[in-house]
Amino acid sequence: MFMKSVGFLLILLLPFTYLSAQEDTSSLLSSIEGGDSGPNYTTASFKSNRIINLHSIENTAPGVLDFTISHRFGSVKNGVYDIFGLDAAQMRLGFDFGLSDRLAVGVGRSNNQKIIDGYAKYKVLRQRNPKGEMPVSLSVVLGMGISTQRFSDPNRNNLFSSRLYYNSQLLLARKFSEGFTLQLTPTWIHRNLVATSAETNDVIAFGVGARQKITKRLSLNAEFIYVLPDQLGSQYTNSASIGVDIETGGHVFQLHFTNSQGMNEKTFVTETSDKWSDFAVHFGFNLSRVFTLWSPAGASQW
Amino acid sequence: MNLIKILSLLYISTFFASFSLHGQSKYFTRDGNITFNADSPLEKVQAVNNKVNTVIERSTGKIEFSALIKSFMFEKALMQEHFNENYLESDKYPKATFKGKFTNLKDINFDKNGTYNVVAEGILNMHGVDKKITVSGPLKINGNNLNLAADFKVNVSDFNIEIPSLVKDKISKVVSIKVQANYKAL
Repeated sequence: MFMKSVGFLLILLLPFTYLSAQEDTSSLLSSIEGGDSGPNYTTASFKSNRIINLHSIENTAPGVLDFTISHRFGSVKNGVYDIFGLDAAQMRLGFDFGLSDRLAVGVGRSNNQKIIDGYAKYKVLRQRNPKGEMPVSLSVVLGMGISTQRFSDPNRNNLFSSRLYYNSQLLLARKFSEGFTLQLTPTWIHRNLVATSAETNDVIAFGVGARQKITKRLSLNAEFIYVLPDQLGSQYTNSASIGVDIETGGHVFQLHFTNSQGMNEKTFVTETSDKWSDFAVHFGFNLSRVFTLWSPAGASQW
Repeated sequence: MNLIKILSLLYISTFFASFSLHGQSKYFTRDGNITFNADSPLEKVQAVNNKVNTVIERSTGKIEFSALIKSFMFEKALMQEHFNENYLESDKYPKATFKGKFTNLKDINFDKNGTYNVVAEGILNMHGVDKKITVSGPLKINGNNLNLAADFKVNVSDFNIEIPSLVKDKISKVVSIKVQANYKAL
């Protein structure tokens, strides 16, 4: 009898539960939630496609041409005599171009050794937030360079292949917070010709770079490239650089101090001879300007 | 005896009320369209979002929108990055929402095809700031399909969005926003 009346009471209460269920949906949008959006890829891990010298995980956006003028001045060590290195600049002109969401290519020319370098950078994994389905981004960089300088001894049997080097890098990066990004960059450089038999043609190095945003438009960047021992001549050392990125609308200014004067992988990884411990550092900048050649489909039509 | 009568009346009315509430219809779409324009004489600043969620509830006249900030597409990739990073701060404030009500619900007959001029009043939430706005526009009813179009203007400063002095001539301080959505029955 008791059970019966409880059951009856429950049936009586049934419509009220319906009512309360209705009132619970305080937001209409909750009724269509789920199909909310596509994957939420992490963006702007770095402000530029270079950390300082190293490639960053950022690609030039599809349809965009990024023109970069880079300088590394002479060593600040000589002081006022050559105004802290400004008399002896090395330069690189770079053109980076985004082909798709994942693929970017670029070419550049440095005055040092008249090297023309080219690369392709492909995003294999892309970090996704906020649920962390993909905690890291991974890109592959494949590049090569050619020295177009005249051979120092034209009477020797010079091979064209001696002009070439190849670089292969993995970029493994994670944007830990809005401000902080860390990137690990294992690097393999193959030089067809080396200066002495004491040096190896293949050089394995391990780069690490990071940035910390200071304000919305200013970040502090640093990178260090450790070359595994017994590969380079004793005059060479590891590359270490620190600098800031300043973003002003269409430009990014990267200003930095580095002990590497070269701006392509062969020169800054395998031919860095100045040491921070001797204060033999170089002031330098990368100045980037973007030009939109085409816009993604579906972009603004007012 | 009287008590039982009242109770059963209450019960029956609630029963039907709950059914009618349950059967109330809503209209929705997940690909509504929001375009904004903050052009200045120096720079074209426009973007479009074609993945806007929106729902209308016919019995109450409630209308809601939700747009992911990252889904606004610009012609210039760098402008889009700065929009997310520096202006709307989409990592902190991923969505913009509007939650409001038709103030002239009684003039709208959802069962009769035609074009009704509707006025919606509610809260626009963007960049973490709530602001009350009133928007009007034509609502076309065609069976179970609704089409809503509206445009309005907002002041950038009302939403705590800072325009640095370096680019202040390049971005309009008043942003024009156009909304367009084709709803179907939920």
